[in-house]
Amino acid sequence: MTEQNTFRSVLCRLCRENKLAVFSAGVILLFVVLAILAPVLTPYGYDEIVNAANRLAPPSAEHWMGTDEVGRDVLTRMLYGSRISLLVGIVPTVVSMLAGAVLGILAGYLGGRVDSIIMRLADIMLAFPSMLLAMVIMYTLGDGIINIFLALALVNWASVARIVRAETLKLREAEYVEAARSIGVGRFTIMRRHILPNCIPSLIVLFTLNIPSAILSESSLSFLGLGIQKPMASWGLMVNTGRQYLYTNPWLSLAPSVAIMLIVLAFNFLGDGLRDVLDPHLKKQ
Amino acid sequence: MEKTTLNVEHLCASFFTDHGEIRAVNDVSFQVPKRSIIGIVGESGCGKSMTARSIMRLIKYPGKIVSGSISLVGKELTALSETEMSNVRGEEISLIFQEPMTSLNPVMKVGKQVREVVLLHRRVTKKEAKAEVLRMFEKVGISEPEKRYECYPHELSGGLRQRVMIAMAMICRPKLLIADEPTTALDVTVEAQILELMKNLRDEIGTSIILISHNLGVVAELCDYVHVMYAGRIVEQAETFELFDHPRHPYTVGLMNARASLEQQQTVLDTIPGTVPNLAALPEGCSFAPRCAQCGGRCHECVPELTEVLPGHFVRCHLAQQGV
Amino acid sequence: MEQKKLLEARGLTVEFPLAGHKKVHAVSDVSLDVMEHEVLALVGESGCGKSTLGKTMIRLQEPTAGEICFRGTPITGLSPKAFRDYRRQMQIVFQDPYASLNPRMTVRGIVAEPLETYHVCESKEATTERVVELLEAVGLTADHLYRYAHQFSGGQRQRVGIARAIALNPAFIVCDEPVSALDVSVQNQILNLLKDLQGRFGLTYLFISHDLSVVRFIANRVCVMFLGKLCEIGDTETVYSKPLHPYTRFLLDAIPKADPHQRRKERLLLAGELPSPVNPPAGCRFHTRCPYATEKCRTVEPQLQEVEGRKVACHIYGE
Repeated sequence: MTEQNTFRSVLCRLCRENKLAVFSAGVILLFVVLAILAPVLTPYGYDEIVNAANRLAPPSAEHWMGTDEVGRDVLTRMLYGSRISLLVGIVPTVVSMLAGAVLGILAGYLGGRVDSIIMRLADIMLAFPSMLLAMVIMYTLGDGIINIFLALALVNWASVARIVRAETLKLREAEYVEAARSIGVGRFTIMRRHILPNCIPSLIVLFTLNIPSAILSESSLSFLGLGIQKPMASWGLMVNTGRQYLYTNPWLSLAPSVAIMLIVLAFNFLGDGLRDVLDPHLKKQ
Repeated sequence: MEKTTLNVEHLCASFFTDHGEIRAVNDVSFQVPKRSIIGIVGESGCGKSMTARSIMRLIKYPGKIVSGSISLVGKELTALSETEMSNVRGEEISLIFQEPMTSLNPVMKVGKQVREVVLLHRRVTKKEAKAEVLRMFEKVGISEPEKRYECYPHELSGGLRQRVMIAMAMICRPKLLIADEPTTALDVTVEAQILELMKNLRDEIGTSIILISHNLGVVAELCDYVHVMYAGRIVEQAETFELFDHPRHPYTVGLMNARASLEQQQTVLDTIPGTVPNLAALPEGCSFAPRCAQCGGRCHECVPELTEVLPGHFVRCHLAQQGV
Repeated sequence: MEQKKLLEARGLTVEFPLAGHKKVHAVSDVSLDVMEHEVLALVGESGCGKSTLGKTMIRLQEPTAGEICFRGTPITGLSPKAFRDYRRQMQIVFQDPYASLNPRMTVRGIVAEPLETYHVCESKEATTERVVELLEAVGLTADHLYRYAHQFSGGQRQRVGIARAIALNPAFIVCDEPVSALDVSVQNQILNLLKDLQGRFGLTYLFISHDLSVVRFIANRVCVMFLGKLCEIGDTETVYSKPLHPYTRFLLDAIPKADPHQRRKERLLLAGELPSPVNPPAGCRFHTRCPYATEKCRTVEPQLQEVEGRKVACHIYGE
C-alpha cells in the first residue's frame, strides 16, 4: 500500500470520510459558479430599476426574491453581490494568511531581534480596534475594492502571525527539527520543509474562520460608507439596507443573511474536514 | 484451600471502531489468590492494560466488556451499577498508572488529593482524614510527610509522585491493587525502591497485587504467578519459578532469551522476528505463528486451547501440548 | 591495539539559565575522549545530563564553557559554514521514533534529506537509488519508499531514523536512548542492527542509555554519569565485573534480574531523592545518597583518577 499525499488522494479520502465536508465544498462551488454566471442567469442588471412603481414587492414569479426599496430585482443583486462578497472573503484572507504565515515562522524560528520587530509590529496592529484601523486605511486610500483587500489584509495578518509563531515555537523543539539541524539542513529549508507543512492544519482552520470574518468586515465597512459604493451590491450592504424594512419586508435582509450564513458554515465544515484528512496524527485514530 | 481475591473468567473486551470490532482482550481467565502478587507480562497492544481497565470497569470509549465474569471475593463486578462500581473503586480495588504526573491533578496539593479519597469512602472528619494520609505517606516511605502534604505534583520527583499514587491507592486498604507498569517511567534505582515498597505493602496490609509489566526482571523479582499475554490472549500461565525455569510457549521462551545478559558480553542478541501483530488484522490460527520458528501446519489453522501441561502450568500452543 | 582519539571534550560545561539568576547545571566540567571505532556508553539516570552531553558533543547544543576537538581540530568555535564539513561526520539517532520523523514527509524524503543537503548524488534517480541502498542496509525495502512515518511500527521507524543517520557515511553517531521506546522483542533487532552497522562501516558510537543490560551488549567502554559529573569510566568488562564507584554499584544492583532464583532478601537500596541540578550539593555530588560519605566528600570534589584499570571519581580510592 503506497498512499501518497497527493491532491487526488486527499480528495478521495475526504469523500470517503467526511460527507459533510464534501457537501460544503459543493455549496461553495455552487456559489462560485452562480457568481461567475450571474449575467447569464438573470435578465436584469444589478442597478437596473426594473419596476419603479413596484418597489418593495414581495417574491413573485418574475422577481423570485422580490424587489428592493428602489425597485431593483433582489435575486439579481444577490448574484452580483456574491461576486464581491466571495472576492472580499477570499483575496484579503489569502494575502493576510501568506504574509502572516511567513512572518510568524520567521519570528518564531529565528527569534531574537527579528522576532521582536515582527511581533511588536503585530502587537501594534492588534492594539487598534480592527474596524477602526480598517476605516483609517480606507479613509487614507479612498474607496474601491482593491483598497478593501488591502485594508482587510493589513488588519488580519497580525493575528495569523501570532498563531503561526506560537506553533513554530512548539515545532522548533520537535525532534525531527533537531534531526534536520543535526544533518546540517539550512535554516530556511527547515522552515519551508519541516515547519510550514506542519502548520498547515492550523492555517486551514484559521483560513476558514477568517473568510467569514472578512465577509462581515466588508459589510460593516460598506455600511459606514467606506466599502463598496452604491449602486454596486454586496451581501453585507444588502443586509444593512434591508435592516430598515425588517418588519415590513423581511426578505430584503433575510436573503443575503441566509447566503452569508450558508457560505460561512460551508467554509467551516470544509475546513474541519480538510484538517482531519490532512493531519496524519488525527487520521491514524 | 487457598482463597482467591479476584476471579476472572472468560473475559472478552473489544473496541468498536468504524472498521469493526477489535478484540483487545480475548477469553482471559485467571485467579488472584489472597495475599499474592500476580504478574501480567506482554508487549504493547497485547491487552494487558485493557485487562486491568476491564477489571476496574474503566475502559475508555469505544471500548467495552463483551462477555465474561469478574468476581471480587464473590462479588460479581460486571453486574454492578455504575454507582456501586464507583464505591468499589478506590475502596476495594485501586489502580496505579505508569505516568504518575498525568494521573495527579496539577493544581491541587497532593495531600489534599489523597485526603479526598479518604473522605469519599470513609465517614471521618477532615482532620482525621489528614492524619490518616500522613500515616500512609510515612508507610509508603515519603520523608517529611507534613511538608510533602502541602506540595503540588510538579514539585515532586517522579519517584515521590509514584509513592503518592501508591499512598492514594492503598489508603483505603483495598483488597486488590492493580499496578499498570508502575515503574516503567522511573529510573532503575527508584524502580528498585518502589518494587520493595509494593512487596512490603503486600506483607503488611495483605493486599493482593496485579502487576502489569513488559519487564521480565520486574516480574521475576516480585510475582508469585505470571501470566504471559500475546495479542489479547493469555498464552502461558504458571507459578513464577516454574515459568522462568521451564518456559513452554515459544513466545515466552523468546522473551526470556531476548534479555541481554549482564554477566557476559554477547556477540548477537536473540530476537523474536517480526513485530507485534496488529489486533485489527490478526492471522488465522495461532496469533504467534508468523513469528514462531517452530510452527507447523496446525498452527496456521486453528487457535490452540490453553491447556494444562503440568499441574498449574498452562500453555496455549499446539507444539507444547504435544510435548515437543 | 593502538587507538586514535576521534572526539575529545575538555572541561565541557553546559548550563541552562532559569528565571532569577538560577541555573540548571546540566553538565559540569566534563572531560571525555571518544576513541576511533569504539562504542562508548553514557549511563545514568534521567536528569543526569547524559543527553545534553551527547548533544553538546556534536554541537546540537552549544556548551557554556569548554572545548571539543574532532580528530584534533577544535570545532567549538567554528562558524556554521566552517562547521558544515564536520557536521556531516557527526550524526544522531533519537530516542523517540515517533517524534523524530517529520509526519508530513515520506521515507524517501526523510532519508534523502541529508543527501540533498550536501548534494551527494548527481540526480534525483541517483538519490533514490542511494536511499534504497540505505533502507536495505537497515532492513527495510524499496516498497517502503513512499510511505509516511505513521504507517510504520516503532521498530521500523527507528530503522528509518538510523538510515538517515548513516546516509552521509559519518564517523561518529550519538545514539540517544535508541531502543528505550521500543517493545522488548523489537529492541534486540535494533540493537543487533546498530552493532552490525558499527562493524560494517567502522562507526563510532556514543551510546546513551539508562538500561545497563543493553549497554553491556553494545559498548566497549562505559561512562557512568551522576548529576552532570562523570563518576566512573572504563572498559565494560572491568566496570561490570567489579564496579568501584558506589553509585555504579547501586545502579548495577538495582536492575531486576529476570530470574526468580536471584531474588535477594536484602537489596542494596539507594536512600533519598536525586538532588536538584539547579542547586547541586557541594563536594561530591553523590554524597547526599552515599552510605560511605565522609566529611571530605561533603566539601572536596573528587577528581577522576586511575584505579584498577579504569577511572573513578571517589574519595574512597584517594589514599
